[in-house]
Amino acid sequence: MIRWLFAIIGGVLLGGVVHLVSVLVLPRVATLDAYSRLAPLTKLNAVTPLPAAGPGSAPMPYMDPAFASAVCRYDLSKGPLKLKVPVSQAYTSVSFYTRNDTAYYAINDRSAGRRVIELDLMTSDQHADLPEEEDVTAADRLIIDSPTTTGLIVLKALAAEPGLMRQAEASLAAATCGIQPAQAAAR
Amino acid sequence: MRLIFLILITLIIATAVGLGATWMTATRGVNVGTITIGAWTARPKTGTSDIDPYSRASVARSGELPVGTGDGVTFSAAKDDSGKLLNGQCDVAVKGVTPAARFWTLTIYDNKGQLVANSLQRYGFTSQEIVRGSDGSFEVRITSRARAGNWLPTGGLDRYMLVLRLYDTPVGVATRTQKDAPMPAITTVSCP
Repeated sequence: MIRWLFAIIGGVLLGGVVHLVSVLVLPRVATLDAYSRLAPLTKLNAVTPLPAAGPGSAPMPYMDPAFASAVCRYDLSKGPLKLKVPVSQAYTSVSFYTRNDTAYYAINDRSAGRRVIELDLMTSDQHADLPEEEDVTAADRLIIDSPTTTGLIVLKALAAEPGLMRQAEASLAAATCGIQPAQAAAR
Repeated sequence: MRLIFLILITLIIATAVGLGATWMTATRGVNVGTITIGAWTARPKTGTSDIDPYSRASVARSGELPVGTGDGVTFSAAKDDSGKLLNGQCDVAVKGVTPAARFWTLTIYDNKGQLVANSLQRYGFTSQEIVRGSDGSFEVRITSRARAGNWLPTGGLDRYMLVLRLYDTPVGVATRTQKDAPMPAITTVSCP
């Protein structure tokens, strides 16, 4: 009898360990997470517009149907990335996600304060390699460190009314993202 | 032989308990850093690098991309103010005002996070298109049958959830009460 009790208590305790480990491991092994869903739909280091969210046709769950969205899936192993997003009439935002779908940075048109949101995305190593004076002269240049080499940038433009969706999509279509050659970045 | 059997039982219990608990927390979420205002809940830390492991697991499982903190905050509700699950057969009213934000959107999703199909292609409202009363408050009716005013069709779905997203808003981790963030009330008016 005591043996059985021992087995049950031991099982529950060990179960706690299994639970903690599996919670921590789940994001790494998930095959239907947002990055894996978007990977086959999007080009690497280029802006791909996402289809409008509709019932059954949305590439991801919980997408906001009031927004036109586009994705730049990046890989920084060949150099830093340059991103330019023209601001739409209503509201535009740019959100950065790691490979494991953690939102590590987000900016909107008002906090960018300009007609075009311009950003440089690099790994912390690439940032450290930047010449010192570059950082100073580029005071108005926004540099963001990516915690992972790969990840997602999601561009969103609000269509405040359904009729404005076309305009929101058009403003995102003018957005660009691409690898800048290492020399150009260091110059 | 008996020892092996006992160890086997222990391991089976461990697997069942451990994975069961993980599945539960990843589907339902854990109240770490949750703001609850009325029927609405939000986890503002989900949009930052400080996301807790449970939310991280739940994001990975569902396949969504959380709204980043510099972008906005997501509030969701699956129950009305009296704790009754939202039912698509019923007549539900969302009434009141929203916290300060440049824009907001109110969207209806089924339990899997998909939009609810309807012939009007109306899946939600934005703060710009909603019809308001003279005091600036609004009332959205969520029913399966058409109504005048702000109507969100449920398509007769059994269970659904409402998501209110505030964009460019001061609401965030420091928000605690209705006073900081006045959320609209959700009431089930009538059920057939």
